[in-house]
Amino acid sequence: MLNYIYLIPLLPLIGAIVNGLFGYRIRKGWVGFWACGSTGLSFAAAVLAFLDLLSLAPEHRIFEQVLFTWISSGDFIVEAGLQVDPLSGIMMLIVTGVGFLIHVYSIGYMGHEYGYPRYFSYLNLFMFSMLVLVLGNNFLLMFIGWEGVGLCSYLLIGYYYEKQSASDAGKKAFVMNRIGDFGFALGVMLIFVTFGSIDYTTVFSEAHEKLAAGGVIVTTITLLLFLGATGKSAQIPLYTWLPDAMEGPTPVSALIHAATMVTAGVYMVARCSALFLMAPVAMNVVAIIGAVTAIFAASIGLFQNDIKRVLAYSTVSQLGYMFLACGVGAFTAAIFHVMTHAFFKACLFLGSGSVIHALHGAKDPQDMRYMGGLKNHMPRTYWTFAISTLAIAGIFPFAGFFSKDEILYETFIGGHKVLWGIAAVAAFLTAFYMFRLVFMTFHGKSRVDHEIEHHLHESPNVMTMPLVILAFLATIGGFVGLPAVMGTNIMHEFLGPVFTSHEHAGAVHHTAELDLSRNAFIWEWILMGISLAIAISGIFLARNLYIISTDIPERLASRYQSVHRLIFNKYYIDELYDAVFVNPIKNISASFLWKIFDVKIIDGIVNDTADFFMEFGQLLRRYQTGLVRNYAFSMLFGGLVIIGYYLLK
Amino acid sequence: MNQLGLPILSLITYTPLVGILLILFINKENRSLIRGIAFFTAIIAFVISLPLYFYFDSSTYEMQFVEFLPWIEEFGIGYHLGIDGISLLLVLLTTFITALSILAAWAAIERHVKEFMVAMLFLETGMLGVFCSLDFFLFYVFWEVMLIPMYLIIGIWGGARRVYAAVKFFIYTMAGSVLMLIGILVLYFINHNQTGEYTFNILKYHDIILSPTLQFWLFLAFFFAFAIKVPMFPFHTWLPDAHVEAPTAGSVILAGVLLKMGTYGFLRFSLPLFPHATQEFIPLISWLSIIGIIYGALVSMVQDDIKKLVAYSSVSHLGFCMLGMFALNMQGIEGSILQMINHGLSTGALFLIVGIIYERRHTRLIADYGGISKVMPVFAAIFMIVTLSSIGLPGLNGFIGEFLILVGTFKSNPWYAVFATGGVIFAAVYMLWMFQRVMFGEITKEENKHLKDLNGRELAYMLPILIFIFWIGVYPKPFLDKMHASVEHLIEQVKYHKSITGEERREARLLNFRAPEHQSTRHQ
Repeated sequence: MLNYIYLIPLLPLIGAIVNGLFGYRIRKGWVGFWACGSTGLSFAAAVLAFLDLLSLAPEHRIFEQVLFTWISSGDFIVEAGLQVDPLSGIMMLIVTGVGFLIHVYSIGYMGHEYGYPRYFSYLNLFMFSMLVLVLGNNFLLMFIGWEGVGLCSYLLIGYYYEKQSASDAGKKAFVMNRIGDFGFALGVMLIFVTFGSIDYTTVFSEAHEKLAAGGVIVTTITLLLFLGATGKSAQIPLYTWLPDAMEGPTPVSALIHAATMVTAGVYMVARCSALFLMAPVAMNVVAIIGAVTAIFAASIGLFQNDIKRVLAYSTVSQLGYMFLACGVGAFTAAIFHVMTHAFFKACLFLGSGSVIHALHGAKDPQDMRYMGGLKNHMPRTYWTFAISTLAIAGIFPFAGFFSKDEILYETFIGGHKVLWGIAAVAAFLTAFYMFRLVFMTFHGKSRVDHEIEHHLHESPNVMTMPLVILAFLATIGGFVGLPAVMGTNIMHEFLGPVFTSHEHAGAVHHTAELDLSRNAFIWEWILMGISLAIAISGIFLARNLYIISTDIPERLASRYQSVHRLIFNKYYIDELYDAVFVNPIKNISASFLWKIFDVKIIDGIVNDTADFFMEFGQLLRRYQTGLVRNYAFSMLFGGLVIIGYYLLK
Repeated sequence: MNQLGLPILSLITYTPLVGILLILFINKENRSLIRGIAFFTAIIAFVISLPLYFYFDSSTYEMQFVEFLPWIEEFGIGYHLGIDGISLLLVLLTTFITALSILAAWAAIERHVKEFMVAMLFLETGMLGVFCSLDFFLFYVFWEVMLIPMYLIIGIWGGARRVYAAVKFFIYTMAGSVLMLIGILVLYFINHNQTGEYTFNILKYHDIILSPTLQFWLFLAFFFAFAIKVPMFPFHTWLPDAHVEAPTAGSVILAGVLLKMGTYGFLRFSLPLFPHATQEFIPLISWLSIIGIIYGALVSMVQDDIKKLVAYSSVSHLGFCMLGMFALNMQGIEGSILQMINHGLSTGALFLIVGIIYERRHTRLIADYGGISKVMPVFAAIFMIVTLSSIGLPGLNGFIGEFLILVGTFKSNPWYAVFATGGVIFAAVYMLWMFQRVMFGEITKEENKHLKDLNGRELAYMLPILIFIFWIGVYPKPFLDKMHASVEHLIEQVKYHKSITGEERREARLLNFRAPEHQSTRHQ
């Protein structure tokens, strides 16, 4: 099957083209069939390819397939080629698998929307872009996917294009991503100039010959690439597009947040682990940005009332964990968390979609203040949602526990105690706001409009089945990455060959590990206990505030009004960006560059030059009087001058 | 004679004149026949230009399909045509775009159809002549001839301020050309001093030895002619006026082909003739290009007239072309040439798109639109693709050119590349913002509620462009392959000069390269 890996991205592309060109001419059922069928087949192909990969010996688990020469100009030669190794293998499974479930769910969720074929066409295109990103064998192909997912998010976030806020959000997503892409593109150029190639194989194998560890070049390359990652994976300072991306249909949010798009940055950093490990400065930047984003976004999540926005900030925060893991050199843990996060976050988003679906017709079907008590109306949604919430909060034995615990452990053991502290606090906040969400939505008294309450219903099977499957995965998904004290970590064994070769080479980060190694087992148990305790206390606090004494949050909010307002308004970061970047650029361009500099100065000079000649001509015209005596006088004068010249010479 | 055994370049260049001849015999009231003949002629010209691609030998930088006839022998003026890897694609672009824009003018031009079509075809001959001429005199004739039909197209069929725009266009470009004419004459006499031969053969001028000072002044003379045409910042102000006033077909040709005359001029003349000066001018031209990229984007962003917005975006795009060219390496120059083609396709398509909605609503103001996607979904899809092509989305044509340019620039000077890449961000802002305001949102204007989606004719001229937008984006090899040899040779010509000058260079040239390198092209 490995020889047919091109089918994995190709199938969704075909689906996108078919639905894009003919979607409006065929029956609705067929549209959904094409979209889901192509993705399903793509998933099947991915599974088969993955099994083939597993059958190979661990050290040979890399398969490259060159399709054709894409660009060739002088020594800049780029091939369109695909590459499957353990890292891209896991990623393609996540993308196609979770993506497929989201496609199926969409049949139910989008059933009544206009532009159904357009939706599925974009969705398939999204899968295609993400698969190219993951499977490409060089940086430029990754860049195709990289900008491709940016485009698809633009199209899908702005799906309800008649709504101003939706098209604004789409544009914002694209532009924010472009700012990141600016870094990514420059990084790729610098790689090309340094290595003379942008193939992964060449670059990573020659990294140690061509670059000095910790040198300026490798640090610049990695920081530029990371700038790209902050855009795509919504990290500080380029995260503001992701919460706004909630304007898109809910399954799209699931797709963006779980299976595709935002994980791209983590994948890229993991893919370039060989380079990042050579640049300790960049690693520290990655770790710090990750940890700070984790807690920063979590704090915003505390007070949001929009169910999807809470989830959005939780994504930003969880992505922070992944980057923290990358930054401390625990790439396996990062990818592990990408995987478990894909399961529970997809489930959470689709679950919130199910809620919104049930509340259809309400004034604001996303506002948790008008929910409550939904548990009894929609049990499947509730249980799957609850399981995923336990997973994200990091409760044993759900998937999120293992991956988050591994990140915390690696951070601590790597000697980054402060970052560990930040991440631990963020974990507490996560448990708190996620359970706040669950309690406000599903528990307590219903605050739903009476009109709507009569119609409350569980979603159809086509929507709940994906939820059940995802919840199941969110439950057991963690067992592939058991901590060392509990058994074998399959994830480590599998992904190890992709990372270890570099991890040893540039083991800058594992010096502190030596001191602790004797006690590593004890530490592992202790840290596990701490994270569990943190998560549980977060849940209890949420329970106290939102189930037992529900008046406390109000009172706290009014007492610490300024803090509350600051956080509620997301620290005014959007406003800050507008005031510092967007508006000045717009205003200066409009009022100065265009209306004064261009029109008055540059064009003014052009027209003045023309006017000058005109005036000069007018001046000369006066001497063309048409009077013979004037001309005769000039002739006489001229003749005298000529004669005079010769006489005096 | 050449690999095809017939004067193919002349055939292509003068096919439009045959069309003009036919049209002259038709009653001007018979408008559909006139349109038909004009379109048919343009299609013929396009079809017979296709063999150029297939018979073009990519392995050599020598001029191909060469034609030579002595013309005014006492002054050394010859009728000398030929193309290489630099001009090949531009010739094809010209025949392609002209055919499409005639189709686009079908319904838009109702007054003086006969005269309009004559002007369009005459313009085509002029443009093709410029790209094919290998004789300076002939080149200059075509270069100036081309201005007249364009002047008329803007001045007669244009918008409200058409006369102002037409005169400005004409005089501005003319003023630049005059300096070039002086430059050509200087070269002519210097060549005579050095070789004793009076000739306007451009290829022979490559062997002239020019002192750095002289190169500087001559470069400057040519620079004004070409920089105005490109247009480079700060010589760009004629462009928005011309574009806004020109009818759709005029804008398409102006953006699609005419602007490439400037960049082509740099490649064909300035770089190989004045290599020393070229190197000296790199910083100035690069910075002007970068300013153009960012400035064009910023000013474009705040326009309220769609056509003006696209016009300023051309300043930005052409900045990329110039920047890549003066990187003086393979990626930069090839990217620059490809970007000329891409800009011709994408911006040409953008003007066609503006024309399509202008014909329906008779306004170019962004504020008069909004929510058009709802009523014109097919149009929306095509507009979206063209927009994305223009902002350089990977997988579409714009990206290949832009990225090659940036890689080439990065190689020669990373800082230039940093600033230019910054310009890429703005491209997304101004295009997407415009798209949003025109196409998205609710339909607020009553007039927009019943707009008709694309008709067959409109689809017929948009689809071919879309095919190329995808083709170049996914598989640019067939386009790039044709350039390699010529661009390599050009770089040798320019770079070679850096180390040795004067006699040494001449000797080395004779030793290293096929000595009488242009002899082979001078047969009849």
